[in-house]
Amino acid sequence: MTTYIIRRLIQAVIVLILITLLVFFAMRILPGDPLMIYITEQDISLITPEMEAQLRHEFGLDKSLVLQYVDWISGIFHGDMGKSIHYRESVSTLMAQRIPVTLHLGLLAFLISSFLGILAGLVAALRRGSALDNIVTSLANFGISAPNFWLGIMLIYALGLYLRWLPIQGYTSPFVDFWRSTRQLVMPVSVLAAWSMAFISRQVRSNMLEVAHQDYIRTAWAKGLQERVVVLRHILKNGLIPVVTVMGIQLSYIIGGSVIIENVFNIPGMGRLMVASVFSQDYQVVQAGILIVGVAVVFMNFLVDISYGWLDPRIRYG
Amino acid sequence: MEINPTADKESSGVPPRVAEYRRIVRVLLRRHVVVFGLIVITALIVTAIFAPLLAPYDPYKTDMENALLQPNREHLLGTDALGRDSLSRMTYGARVALLVGLMATAVAASVGMTMGLVAGYFGGIAYIVIMRVIDALMAFPIILLSLVLSVLLGGGITNIMIAVGIGLSASYARVMCGTVLSIKENDYILSARSNAASDLRIMLRHILPNSFPPMIVLITINMGGAIMIEAALSYLGVGIAPPGAAWGSLVTDGYRYIVTHPTLALVPGLAIMLVVFSFNMVGDGLRDALDPRLRGVL
Repeated sequence: MTTYIIRRLIQAVIVLILITLLVFFAMRILPGDPLMIYITEQDISLITPEMEAQLRHEFGLDKSLVLQYVDWISGIFHGDMGKSIHYRESVSTLMAQRIPVTLHLGLLAFLISSFLGILAGLVAALRRGSALDNIVTSLANFGISAPNFWLGIMLIYALGLYLRWLPIQGYTSPFVDFWRSTRQLVMPVSVLAAWSMAFISRQVRSNMLEVAHQDYIRTAWAKGLQERVVVLRHILKNGLIPVVTVMGIQLSYIIGGSVIIENVFNIPGMGRLMVASVFSQDYQVVQAGILIVGVAVVFMNFLVDISYGWLDPRIRYG
Repeated sequence: MEINPTADKESSGVPPRVAEYRRIVRVLLRRHVVVFGLIVITALIVTAIFAPLLAPYDPYKTDMENALLQPNREHLLGTDALGRDSLSRMTYGARVALLVGLMATAVAASVGMTMGLVAGYFGGIAYIVIMRVIDALMAFPIILLSLVLSVLLGGGITNIMIAVGIGLSASYARVMCGTVLSIKENDYILSARSNAASDLRIMLRHILPNSFPPMIVLITINMGGAIMIEAALSYLGVGIAPPGAAWGSLVTDGYRYIVTHPTLALVPGLAIMLVVFSFNMVGDGLRDALDPRLRGVL
């Protein structure tokens, strides 16, 4: 197990290095110049070639690509992720302002969708063929098919503009005004959780049904165990193991979803910063954002792989 | 081609091809929701091909005197802010959806399957390098990866298809690699090798056709996924140039007038949902029909 963890850690580090290389060189080799976009946003008549060269120097864009990469990586180890060309602010400061917002939104969605998704999948599997199963299954099938931005817009229309129950946009820190913050988050969290919830319940349902057909379940029934014991101890325990993998996938989807949802609901989180920075080709911000997302997902997958072996003793590590 | 050689291991002899094909069709059509999905997909294809004949009006012709009409007999879904007929724009939007879905999936399948084939067949260094690249690609949410790539490539429908395709390719590579690893152990590969078949020939003639079942399921489900990502990208504003009509951008345009004209944003979203739903259901059905063992894997 220890050798496996070490080997898996080395793999994770290699993947992270690959991510930095992919991101850095893709952003620079593909067409587009962040400085030109910055300049055209300013008063063009005031920019002389000397000033342009000076700006280029200020952001380190006049160095060779390899040097820029080395600068970036060594900066990260010193907690310095560079400077945003568009915001004229350090990327670390920008991220520190926005990550807690996305974390608040994402964590709530993660918890709600995991809990309700597993519950719905369980109920559907245990009462297979019932009306409840049909409702859960069809809702889940529609849930994974509905585009999240559209779902958000429809909720804004129905609950915000038509019924006037909830505020339609914005974000408030829960430490400033808890009630207002919660009211503002109801719609974005619901939309963000909807897809994951549908996905998880589908997965749980099919896993449970698969486990229910295994030989050891037949044995458990045959030796006269009570339904409660068979369901809880035999089916549930084994049926939930693959759900751990789903949790890893879910993180990626929640981050991807927050990119869209933060734009729909005008929430000043990391997702909206990323979209704005992609459009203004603000290299440093996009690079840092993608790296943070990458680290989070790689770390999550690492945890999933480790816990998998712990949960299922049949898995042996070579 | 034998779809699932292990399924009939108890019966003696290999079942004839026709029976296998009939079994697949029977299992596929057994569920009503799959039939429904097939009908929707057929309708989408027909609409996309015959859009100029089916659309009641020119989707680009502006008519400011008839702007923002509510749905009525002449304009079944009303008109937008520039007086363009919504139903006609929806009809042409079907073309964009289908084209992006098809092309992005084609890019994803060809890039991903090549990577998976090479990694699984050769093993060793190729396997290690390709697997780590796949891990790195999979560390990004697909929507973020496609957004960054399509903006960097310069926007436009072609670049969106490439970007979404690359974003989706990692899952093909991974599934393909696993499939190749198991197919490689079959005796017929050994037999081909003893006949001095080249690596390329073994990969293309023996392994590729036999890895078809999991791939066709992934392709079908990803058609819906690609359409959904394209819609999200065009919502964010990366989509096709303004006069063109994509379902995602129709939702964005309609959002501005949602209080007075909710159908403008409602209908294109319903269309996206219906199409994605259909591809998902047909994909599920194909998975059950082609290989029930794939349940939970894809």
